[in-house]
Amino acid sequence: MDKYDIVIGLEVHIQLNTNTKIFCNCSTKFGDEPNTNVCPVCTAMPGVLPVLNKKVVDYAIKVGLGLNCSINKLSVFSRKQYFYPDLPKNYQISQYDKPICENGYINLSNGKKIGITRAHIEEDAGKLIHLAGDESLVDYNRTGVPLIEIVSEPDITSPSESYDYLVRLKQLIKYLGVSDCNMEEGSLRCDANISIKPRGSRLFGTKTEIKNLNSFKAVEKSLEYEINRHIEVIEEGNKIIQETRLWDDKKGITVSMRSKEEANDYRYFPEPDLRNLVLDDEWIENIKKDMPLLPDERLKILMEDYDLSNYDANVLILEKSLVEYFEEIVGCILDLDENLDKKTVSKQVSNWLSVELLGKLNKDNKKIEDNKISAKDFAKLIFLLNNNTISGKIGKIVFEEMYNSCKSPDEIIKEKNLVQITDSKEIEKFVLEVLDNNPKSVSDYKAGKVKIIGFLVGQIMQKTKGKANPSLVNQLLKAKLDAK
Amino acid sequence: MLTIKDVEKVASLARLKLTDKEKEMFLTQLDNILSYIEKLNEIKTDDVLEFKMEGFDNQNFMRPDEVKNYNFHEDLMKNAPSTDGKFLKVKKVIE
Repeated sequence: MDKYDIVIGLEVHIQLNTNTKIFCNCSTKFGDEPNTNVCPVCTAMPGVLPVLNKKVVDYAIKVGLGLNCSINKLSVFSRKQYFYPDLPKNYQISQYDKPICENGYINLSNGKKIGITRAHIEEDAGKLIHLAGDESLVDYNRTGVPLIEIVSEPDITSPSESYDYLVRLKQLIKYLGVSDCNMEEGSLRCDANISIKPRGSRLFGTKTEIKNLNSFKAVEKSLEYEINRHIEVIEEGNKIIQETRLWDDKKGITVSMRSKEEANDYRYFPEPDLRNLVLDDEWIENIKKDMPLLPDERLKILMEDYDLSNYDANVLILEKSLVEYFEEIVGCILDLDENLDKKTVSKQVSNWLSVELLGKLNKDNKKIEDNKISAKDFAKLIFLLNNNTISGKIGKIVFEEMYNSCKSPDEIIKEKNLVQITDSKEIEKFVLEVLDNNPKSVSDYKAGKVKIIGFLVGQIMQKTKGKANPSLVNQLLKAKLDAK
Repeated sequence: MLTIKDVEKVASLARLKLTDKEKEMFLTQLDNILSYIEKLNEIKTDDVLEFKMEGFDNQNFMRPDEVKNYNFHEDLMKNAPSTDGKFLKVKKVIE
């Protein structure tokens, strides 16, 4: 492996979540009855003309700005011609030599910049369902759904970097709100180009393209496989053939796609049915004004305004809804008591979210959107912990219940009688009882085994069902033991 | 001059199967079309200003993102050579 440089470039297609298709008024809704979101335009009836959806252009500019691209004031639609049943016109309207966005970059989590060659808009093809026999079914609902294709520079140098690139890209797109990037529903698709060359060589090796990648993990695994295959072929003295290969996720291998042996010849030419797309400064400025805070900016705010560590902040910015949730909870807690220290509260909320909430969601295989606890209730829980109404241990029980039932913490604490015992008289009763029941531990303590105090605290907590205030218990226990 | 090879290339890209006789016929036809277009090169254009669609170049034609249902399902089905009532049916092509 050390003898070679790995060169990877990724092409990502993302469906833009507009209401209508790119060139007609048909709905883009996923999962509708087959061939119902269709019209003469997207099914290529004679005499129809495409009319561009303005929202698609708005979204493409947004993506371009988010990827630090230059936005071209003039871009041109082209016909990409190929014959396949999922394409009723026998050509796809795309952009070729003059795309809307060019020359950008995206930052990986290790700070490395990956160049973005271009991002262009185009229409999606229909969906084919292959039956067991010799027939395929065609659904044109997806035909004409707007896509943005994002092409990276060959700057990616390992399968794990590819994974990180995709995570970062998806995160950015979701922050921009222009797609839900759902790989299962096909709203994000990725093809990978890979080649290897002797370390330090300036000449690129022959590349292969991998298709049929249905998860980020598949991208990573298929690249690992393909790198090893390239090395093997080369070390056996053979040559890599430039070709497209399909990833077989079950077998964990790539297979040559023989039918594509003939080089693609798409015979692009400018689409005569559409005008050149001309953007002015005002349009681009308006989109700029409308840009949400992006992951990098959010990270900076979390580290500077909330004093979180880089690690904690990176966990929270994973998803826009999580950062917003975090900020809302911290805000609510500070509303409840403005004397609290923002840094302490932030660290506390960050811990609760990354450990308890994300842990729980992960375990249940759920998304952040599935969490139904309101920011206000979450804030209240932490507030009650801080003012000692409940102990940390009880806090976790209350959280579980909130997560499951969506009840407010006050309600749960009342229902289950979980209020912390902070009355020292009452705690003293339990302390004395436990000391009476454990004479051996008391003498051990007296003999210098001070660690035994942990066992005694445990006993008291058990008796109070975790409701006794732990620091009071410690304090009282120590006083009683020392007085004996 | 075009050759039979060019015709075969175009036919394969269009997924058309042609007989030898058809290849000859299309060779002649394509050749005629191309040499007709070729005539345009005879026009001297050195002193002609660049063609411009003044007034149109800076104007986009776009539509708002509003759904309209065209109720086209049945027409589409009627127009297709083969369907199961919901999907169009084609001979299996797997890439």
